[in-house]
Amino acid sequence: MPQTLNKALEPFLIIVGSLMVSMVLFGVFVASAGADPFEVYQTMYRAAFGTTFSWQNTLIRAAPLMLTALCTALPGYLGLIIIGGEGAVVMGGLVAAIAALAIPTAPPMVVLTTMAVAGMVAGGLWLIIGGALRHYRAVNETISSLLLNYIAIAVLNHFVTSTFRDPESLNHPSTHHIGEANMIGVIPGTDLHWGLVLGVVACVIAWFLMHHTVFGFASQIAGGNVRAAQIAGLPVGRLILIICFLAGAAGGLAGMVEVAAIHGRANDTLNANYGYAGILVAFVARNNPLAIIPVAVLLGGIRASSGLLQRAHELPDATVLVMQGIIFLVILFSETLYGRFSRLQKQGVS
Amino acid sequence: MAASPKLTRRQLLKGTAAAGALGMLGGLRWTDQAWAAGKVKMGFIFVGPRDDYGYNQAHFEGKSAVAKLDWVKAFDEEKVPETIEVQKTMESMVKLDGAQVLFPTSFGYFDPHILKVAPQYPTIQFLHCGGLYQEGKHPKNAGSYFGYIDESQYIAGIVAGGMSKSGKLGFVAAKPIPQVLRNINNYTLGARSIRPNCTTNVIFTGGWSLPVREAEATNSLVDQGIDVITCHVDSPKVVMTTAEKRGIYCTGYHCNQSKLAPKGYLTGAEWNWAKVYMDYADMIRKGQPVPHLVRGGLKEGIVKVSDYNQVVTEAVRKQADAAKDKFMSGGMVVYKGPIKDNTGRVVIAAGTEHVQTDMWLESMDWLVEGVIGSTKS
Repeated sequence: MPQTLNKALEPFLIIVGSLMVSMVLFGVFVASAGADPFEVYQTMYRAAFGTTFSWQNTLIRAAPLMLTALCTALPGYLGLIIIGGEGAVVMGGLVAAIAALAIPTAPPMVVLTTMAVAGMVAGGLWLIIGGALRHYRAVNETISSLLLNYIAIAVLNHFVTSTFRDPESLNHPSTHHIGEANMIGVIPGTDLHWGLVLGVVACVIAWFLMHHTVFGFASQIAGGNVRAAQIAGLPVGRLILIICFLAGAAGGLAGMVEVAAIHGRANDTLNANYGYAGILVAFVARNNPLAIIPVAVLLGGIRASSGLLQRAHELPDATVLVMQGIIFLVILFSETLYGRFSRLQKQGVS
Repeated sequence: MAASPKLTRRQLLKGTAAAGALGMLGGLRWTDQAWAAGKVKMGFIFVGPRDDYGYNQAHFEGKSAVAKLDWVKAFDEEKVPETIEVQKTMESMVKLDGAQVLFPTSFGYFDPHILKVAPQYPTIQFLHCGGLYQEGKHPKNAGSYFGYIDESQYIAGIVAGGMSKSGKLGFVAAKPIPQVLRNINNYTLGARSIRPNCTTNVIFTGGWSLPVREAEATNSLVDQGIDVITCHVDSPKVVMTTAEKRGIYCTGYHCNQSKLAPKGYLTGAEWNWAKVYMDYADMIRKGQPVPHLVRGGLKEGIVKVSDYNQVVTEAVRKQADAAKDKFMSGGMVVYKGPIKDNTGRVVIAAGTEHVQTDMWLESMDWLVEGVIGSTKS
């Protein structure tokens, strides 16, 4: 028991400590920009968590990040750094919209299920490309998945301006609308669409899969040492492809939710950088699917507070980007602290 | 040592509780609204940065003009994406700042975002830049405003055609959509009205804000021999500075970029949102009904033309001013047949006229004769 507690306690303390340090550094930055850091933090709190509306604002922004964070977090177990979440979102959203338009007369539940499956398969296959290039051709997966994002955006732009264009979308090329009846509704009593629930459920399933199944155990072994895993007879190639598929499926689902809950069509707004924000979330959460949930909420809160910071303190939008950047760097630095606290280590041994 | 983790955990719990209490205190202190009563409260939302020397700056300049009035409280938010985030920004401006009228300025904010939020706040006005409002179909408290900036592009085209040595003009465009095509065509028609063999080389970048591609496109056009360039992208900054560096002339778009290219900036097509926002503020203060559609060009003062650079010759100024006067008097028709497209097809027959407000022009999908480029991607 103490051992497992310590295992959880060390990253927890280090991450919370890093966030504290980040807040101090950001406070100094804000003060140098001429604003009162305490007032700025109060405003941020009020805008992100101060009222029911603020909470909903935060959670709605966190929802897609939970799914896109999985795009980077899951391959992380295999030691792969995949940053192709944006491409998975875009492909998922595009294919989901096309799938819905292919079955115009089906009942809403059938349409939504088809959309979800189509979006997940599209996103999954998209990231499999990166995984396969890595395994069979030794192409760096970080570079290939990044470049795949641009290809996905180009594919989206091509199809929404040609084959699948609604001719009435004159100045904003888009596909046809999937139909109001087929849109995902809101969670009763709130303003939040069901995408949030999908995000939380996906994170919990991913955590269970990676930490409590043979598959997850095998993946972690392969991530630790590929040679050892191969000698032990683990199908490393298959693990890579499956994990990349699951990661892409999470991103594809995020794209499907964007279409089915918000836009009703696929167009260039799918490329809203949720995929890139997800990388930061996965990174801060140290690829742990359960930690992704609070980190996504934190990042959603930071994004939600940007508006009020601009209006109440006349700070530019870049302020919150600076904060995100500081957090990212401090967390990166904190990686060097693991294993340095002898008190925690000794208890771990006892 | 075994007790130590428990201790840490307890301390942690205490810390969390304290932090929570502190936070609540902060929340309470901030609940009062300090805005002065009786002011017209206007919220502006931009998709890009306020200082982009382009689309967003033009709106920000309009906002800054109304913000100077002592009976207006204006606030804004920049870089708000066209996702559910803009819905939340609109709601936040209404709920936390008490906005009475919102100006979500990006084209993509209208459908589905304004259409979804506006019905929930029937006493708030949602005025969108883009001219998409349709009577009977869209919420009663929504509206839209837009300007015929292609009129200013026509004047800029005259100046460009007059000042070009090679007779080859360049145009860096975002997407082959009607609004953009109309600007390209007007620019070319303006240039050809005084110099019939003028051509315009067009490059579509595929996106509204792709600075690297815009610089590449500009360089490529200069290499092809053009000597005046303009653009239709969100921020003309890169096109203007690249043109200046390459030593060619440029004409601006959205707002005045003469600071970026003091030598080569001949003139430019600019929005004049200050006038539009002042008019709206005045109507709201007086309690007058706000019209659902506000549209206009040079005559109505919604668009303008940048001051000519000192290098623009007297003869060219005269030709440009003559056309401007014609627009101001309402007697100008740009799309008067016969007009061919750049594949040789007659698109407007001789004797046919399409005036500025003609809806037919809103679905333009062709490039006029003299444009080198294609609407197919």
